[in-house]
Amino acid sequence: MFLINCPFCGERDQSEFSSGGEAHIVRPKQPTELSDDEWAEYLFMRKNIKGIQFERWNHVHGCRKWFNVVRDTSNDKILSVYKMGEKPPVNYK
Amino acid sequence: MPNYRIHKTEYIDETKRVSFKYDGKTYFGYEGDTLASALLANGIHLVGRSFKYHRPRGIVSCGAEEPNAICQIGSKKDLTEPNVRATELELYEGLEASSQNCWPNVKFDIGGINNFISPLIPAGFYYKTFMWPKSFWKKVYEPLIRLSAGLGKSPTEPDPDIYDHKYVHYDVLVIGGGVSGIIAAKMAAKNNLKTLLVDDKKILGGSTIYQNNESIKIDDKLSSEWLKNEIQEIKKLSNLTIKTRTSIAAYHGYNFLLAKENLTDHLPEEKKKNKIRQRLWKIRAKKVVIATGSIERPLVFNNNDRPGILLSNSINKYLDYYGVTCGENIILFTNNDSAYETSISLHKKGIKNIIVDLRKSASSELIKQAESLGIKIYFNHVVTNTFGYRKINSLEIMKLSEDGNTTVGNKIRLSCDCLGMSGGWTPMVHMHTQSGGKLDFRDEDQVFLPKENSEDQISVGSCNGDFDLENIIDKTVNKINKFLDIDNQDYQKTNIICSKENDKRNIWLLPNKIPLGKTKCFIDFQNDSTAKDIKLALKEGFRSIEHVKRYTTTGMATDQGKLSNMHALGIIADTAGVKMGTLGTTTFRPPFTPLTFGTLVGRNVGKFFEVVRKTSMHEWHVENNAEFENVGQWKRPWYYPKNSENMHDAVQRESKAARDSAGILDASTLGKIDIQGTDASEFLNRVYTNAWSKLAIGKCRYGLMLNEDGMVYDDGVTTRISENHYLMTTTTGGAANVLSKLEDYLQTEWPELDVYLTSVTDHYSTASICGPNSKKILNKLFPNLDLSDENFPHMSFKEDKLENINCRIMRISFTGELSYEINIESKYGHSLWKMCIEAGKEFNLTPYGTETMHLLRAEKGFIIVGQDTDGTMTPSDLQMDWIVSKKKYDFIGKRSLYRSDTIREDRKQLVGLLTDDPKEILEEGAQIVSDVKSKPIDMLGHVTSSYFSPNLNKSIALAVVRSGKTMKGQKLIIPMENKNINVTVSDTIFLDKENKRLNA
Ligand SMILES: [Zn+2]
Repeated sequence: MFLINCPFCGERDQSEFSSGGEAHIVRPKQPTELSDDEWAEYLFMRKNIKGIQFERWNHVHGCRKWFNVVRDTSNDKILSVYKMGEKPPVNYK
Repeated sequence: MPNYRIHKTEYIDETKRVSFKYDGKTYFGYEGDTLASALLANGIHLVGRSFKYHRPRGIVSCGAEEPNAICQIGSKKDLTEPNVRATELELYEGLEASSQNCWPNVKFDIGGINNFISPLIPAGFYYKTFMWPKSFWKKVYEPLIRLSAGLGKSPTEPDPDIYDHKYVHYDVLVIGGGVSGIIAAKMAAKNNLKTLLVDDKKILGGSTIYQNNESIKIDDKLSSEWLKNEIQEIKKLSNLTIKTRTSIAAYHGYNFLLAKENLTDHLPEEKKKNKIRQRLWKIRAKKVVIATGSIERPLVFNNNDRPGILLSNSINKYLDYYGVTCGENIILFTNNDSAYETSISLHKKGIKNIIVDLRKSASSELIKQAESLGIKIYFNHVVTNTFGYRKINSLEIMKLSEDGNTTVGNKIRLSCDCLGMSGGWTPMVHMHTQSGGKLDFRDEDQVFLPKENSEDQISVGSCNGDFDLENIIDKTVNKINKFLDIDNQDYQKTNIICSKENDKRNIWLLPNKIPLGKTKCFIDFQNDSTAKDIKLALKEGFRSIEHVKRYTTTGMATDQGKLSNMHALGIIADTAGVKMGTLGTTTFRPPFTPLTFGTLVGRNVGKFFEVVRKTSMHEWHVENNAEFENVGQWKRPWYYPKNSENMHDAVQRESKAARDSAGILDASTLGKIDIQGTDASEFLNRVYTNAWSKLAIGKCRYGLMLNEDGMVYDDGVTTRISENHYLMTTTTGGAANVLSKLEDYLQTEWPELDVYLTSVTDHYSTASICGPNSKKILNKLFPNLDLSDENFPHMSFKEDKLENINCRIMRISFTGELSYEINIESKYGHSLWKMCIEAGKEFNLTPYGTETMHLLRAEKGFIIVGQDTDGTMTPSDLQMDWIVSKKKYDFIGKRSLYRSDTIREDRKQLVGLLTDDPKEILEEGAQIVSDVKSKPIDMLGHVTSSYFSPNLNKSIALAVVRSGKTMKGQKLIIPMENKNINVTVSDTIFLDKENKRLNA
């Protein structure tokens, strides 16, 4: 059970959060201009990394805010937490 | 009756005699006993029958690792408990226990026959034998196996006991209250850290607490005396919490641990009453110290499973802690020094004993002590066989060859009534590995040790492979100082004298002249698997430890192989000729020992099992005989049976009344989201498929929401209340997910939009009145409101007051009838409802539930998201192309509507179905085909909604059918178990296509 440091509320139990999958996938501004393959790339294709992964989490039973998390999926350690719109920390590339 | 209690100890209160029943017979023990120690005091070793071969089995250990002494406690239907280890169960007055694995009784041999046919029960026996014929499994094999295998009986009535949960936070959690755990807890607490020390036993002290050997001393005292002092001291520390009878069940990530505290299991019946039985502690600790100790290994030789054969250290504990001797003529068979402690203890109490040692010689203090006491030692010898049916009565030993691979010389037969075995020690690394820690292998004494890899968790003491007392204390102190970053000097001057083990010799499978195939060298006592089974599995090609384990069932019983896993690994390594450390281990999964369901569930039973949401009208529904349906967490009225009506009759009556005069529905459960902000219109444009910018203030519009993949996600009516203010309704079940999805887009994709979302589902109660007389009823409630079609047309919104309370009234319809929804603050919901009912009396205003609502909307062909859709339906599949804006540049899911897959013509599409026999009602979920003769039958789709319409006097159904749009008028078949039903594809709208009734 993770302990997640919500950037708005502080450390809370994992049961207050829901995971929203991979972070930094930007919805195309002009979807109509995309080919089926390009749209499918946005819609379906997700990384599934063993190691350092950038993820979205929602403090759904708390402040309801979405934010980003850097997590090492091999040991579940959360390395960094940052707000939506902020740049991902560079040291975890 | 024999009495094996031979001396007094401070842990047994001989002034408090306790009577208990075992297998129906009454015995006596004392307060402080476990069931196992009390049985042994009465001379009882035989406690069950083995799983496969039905061999007599006795108590083996004194703790959680016990494989044989498994009991069923009590006989009451609601309180009986299976799988309780007699070695852990504290004795109390009135305890009733029975041996679990002994059908029909422990002394009668029903499965003894298995002993003779045992060559027929090899590894993989269950896989090979009980597979065929398939039909035999449920009716023949399984009941038989269960009956003779003693898996225990679960209670058949609800558990009346109270269980509790508790969340706690600590700086340091110490698991295990032996010598290293006590030192760690003291160091942490004295350094001002909030500390919790848990131990599964009744008292702290581990195995040192009853240690009384003169060659092991701390500060010139017996180690047990020194430790008692330490315990007195830590009890005074204010920021240390000590929890005994508390065992850690699971160690999850982020130092989140579950512990079970036993509060009343040791109390007699009348004292248990009205008390919390067990408490589940949910612990978050900044740092965790694991001091779980180690357990003694058995030795693997022929017939090593007879009653009277125990672990050597357990014999010692029964003697020095409980005052009970396990025999009068004991042989100790060992490969290490610890059996010598037992031997010397026995000798001191005048119990005759001799030692058989695998090692060629040994030279520690303990061995010198034993020799000087004149204890007979057979070095370089091995036990090759044991005898005695219900209890061991003698054994044979032989000399080991130089390399230890065979035996040499003559058999020596020795008589005995008890055999202690010691195959060395296995550190309890369960907690370390559960937390995600890895292991290293130490060749020297063949143990897996925790590999330190975390700053939040550490193992100390014998679970870390430190076995002698000096090593344990010194290393614990150093490690804890470093781990907690403190500088504790308390143990700087502690003077420890102990015996040091110098010689080791480990042989996993002991040699024997008898061919392996004719021996019974047990590895897993609980699941009855032998060395032969492991070898056979290897011969049959199994290599991975995980596969061998499953194939032979070694380590798969409720003890999870605490005594057997190492031997299985060792024999695999030896047979395959690989180094043991390279094989890896099996996975240690929680719980460490079995947990009761009650502990896991805690207080969440009965009406607290699940959260229930009720509308403010709920009491009225109850008073008026409603049957309820669960929709999400909501209780919704399903139908309101009158007199002796069944569901069908009630629904037919309600449906007819709603169309003939008036009906009323509690619609409070629909999700309601308040949307405000200068970009609210633009936001709705992006989330719904249709256009919203031009919706006038005071008007309502139906909207369909898609997922980004183009599939229908939710629907509902949204009302524009003012320029920048909308009220969105969602489906009852989808409310939370819709809000979360909208927040997602708003916060992550469109943060530039000025929009605020607030869930107001619980803030408003809604009464929906429909039918040709609804306008008259509204007029009675709101006499000042102009209800004319010009002033208040369909799909519009008005505000008015009901006795000074503001109401939001929408003229919208989910039934196809003229219909109004009245929203009021929830605290007035019940009054509103009663006023509506009162006003509607003269018009036969009929309350209806969800079933009638579903029927009425189906007559009109309105979909229910989640019933007629399943996450694979596009608007076009639902024949709802009209709601998808062609002009809008973008909305959620738009691009997906013309992917190659979503524009396929042969997708499943929503159609109506009419049965050829109008009285025949289809089953929802039934498959639809066009041809029943072809094999396999081509499935075209399935029925999603089906009702008998009282207003049309015929059966109607909605269905999804491949290429359904083009099939109107075609005949299809619904094949049922005993008949085929003929249907015709129809329009989805069955009633009032022209929408005349909306303005009736
Ligand atoms: Zn938060």
